[in-house]
Amino acid sequence: MGKRIGMEVAIAVAEAVGLCDIDMAAVYPITPQSHIAEHLSDLVANGEIDAEFVTVESEHSAMSAVIGASGAGARSFTATSSQGLMLMHELLPIASAMRLPICMAIANRAVSGPLNILNDHTDIMPQRDSGWISLFVENGQEAIDLSIQAFKIAEHKDVMLPVCVNIDGFQLTHMVEPFEMPSKEEVEKFLPPFVPHATLHPAKPVTMGAFAMSDYFTEIMKAKNEALKSSKKVILEVWDEWARLFGRAYKPVETYQAEDADVLMLTMGSMGETAQMAIDQLRAKGIKAGLVKLRLWRPFPLAEIKAVLKNVKKLIVTDRAISFGGPGGPVFSEIKSAMYAEARRPLIYNYIYGLGGRDVAVGEFVGMFDKVLADTKNEAADTYEFWGVRE
Amino acid sequence: MIEVRWHGRGGQGAVTSVELLAVSAIAAGKFAQGFPSFGPERRGAPVAAFTRVADKKINVRSGIYEPDVVLVLDSSLIGLINVTEGLKPDGKLIVNTPKSPEDIRKALDYKGTLALVDGTGIARKEMGVPIANTTMIGALLKVTGIMELDAMKEAIEHRFGRIAQKNLNAMKRAYDEIKIYN
Repeated sequence: MGKRIGMEVAIAVAEAVGLCDIDMAAVYPITPQSHIAEHLSDLVANGEIDAEFVTVESEHSAMSAVIGASGAGARSFTATSSQGLMLMHELLPIASAMRLPICMAIANRAVSGPLNILNDHTDIMPQRDSGWISLFVENGQEAIDLSIQAFKIAEHKDVMLPVCVNIDGFQLTHMVEPFEMPSKEEVEKFLPPFVPHATLHPAKPVTMGAFAMSDYFTEIMKAKNEALKSSKKVILEVWDEWARLFGRAYKPVETYQAEDADVLMLTMGSMGETAQMAIDQLRAKGIKAGLVKLRLWRPFPLAEIKAVLKNVKKLIVTDRAISFGGPGGPVFSEIKSAMYAEARRPLIYNYIYGLGGRDVAVGEFVGMFDKVLADTKNEAADTYEFWGVRE
Repeated sequence: MIEVRWHGRGGQGAVTSVELLAVSAIAAGKFAQGFPSFGPERRGAPVAAFTRVADKKINVRSGIYEPDVVLVLDSSLIGLINVTEGLKPDGKLIVNTPKSPEDIRKALDYKGTLALVDGTGIARKEMGVPIANTTMIGALLKVTGIMELDAMKEAIEHRFGRIAQKNLNAMKRAYDEIKIYN
């Protein structure tokens, strides 16, 4: 176990990526990701890491550059937020279809408009179906650990898919907090050199990103879906190895006081730790409340979710995004869909909260539980509500 | 856990101070958070920054609404914003000012624990600049006892290099000169 140090989380993420022997990074700065871009470019400029830092004129170019570099066999990294991710959107499914193990840090931020630079999950949700592995973290330690694990998962020969690590903007990126930073030697031991499946090279021509009409397109889509689904096996192996090496265990779905709970709350990202404090307060009052934290957004951990939710009466799903005109928040829809065919399933409530950086204090989490428990006739089940909205 | 809210103006270094404090507290074996009031940064505009220090892991990630300590880096903010908002009844207010405790109490209608030091005057003498952010760390450490003054040394040296000693001298003076009025 290493020594705890204090550092801003965005800087620490850049440091962690710097330990991963990357060959290139193409990052276009955008708030609140900027400190990742700046610090990584410092590490390259100072000669601390032997990599190419490609300065690009947009996020579309950043994603294009890492796709090209990854195709050429380079371990490639990028990072973005909000509108930057939206601009990358066109290229995301191409990266996954070409089975390129690109790693990306997303400092999650609200999508315009109105223009807002603060945190929610409206940037990642529209990327859900792009075929990337998508992971969420709730503190600085997890941001560091998963940023390193991402390369091992992405490059595994049974995966070969891009990975994004969702790190809540400001709430996490701009926080100075304690964590353990793995050493260069430890990361070298954990992460073997990148051996690409095929590379773009003039002497050995291959086609990447080929043309496919209706005769093959369906088969290729199915193959991509199978690849993403089966990546979970490797993700679990990588987390097992991480736990052995570093003593910190990760699971697709994590729980807190959930075993005997009558009512559960589900969170993704940095809200989890604050919600955990609300659980402690509720338990002190004799209310059997518990917490479920969804770490693995894609591939979606269906079996784990079903196992955790099978005995609970009421579930509060929290969302930091809304599907406009749809059935509620995107996480809510996924959970409902996962539980639909189960013989025993909870009543599911949905609160849309923390949009555009709106703070949610411990007492508000308690308030959500109170409100759901007071709904004895279950009238609000299967509906959604904008928590704390002024009308 | 001690929660501190800093009030300053953009460019005066409140964010640097909360960062240095958190880094130093963590190096001293504590748990800490340092964070700015999230959002756009504008030079001269009122800004807040926050510090949490505890002996065990800190889970809360929401803002600080009922601080134990408020530190006013720029006394021209008094009257402009409500610096004592949410301050706990047994909380402490630290102000960088050459003024008397009576003047400050009257201006704020404040009866709680007050601690005053002319941080800007000290900074001007010790460093030749009227920037009191590191100076006022000394004041905060004296009033709160979060950690020893020496625990700041490494972070200050790392951050300020050849002008680190001047910052440390100013910090020490604020630590020694601050007056606490109960």
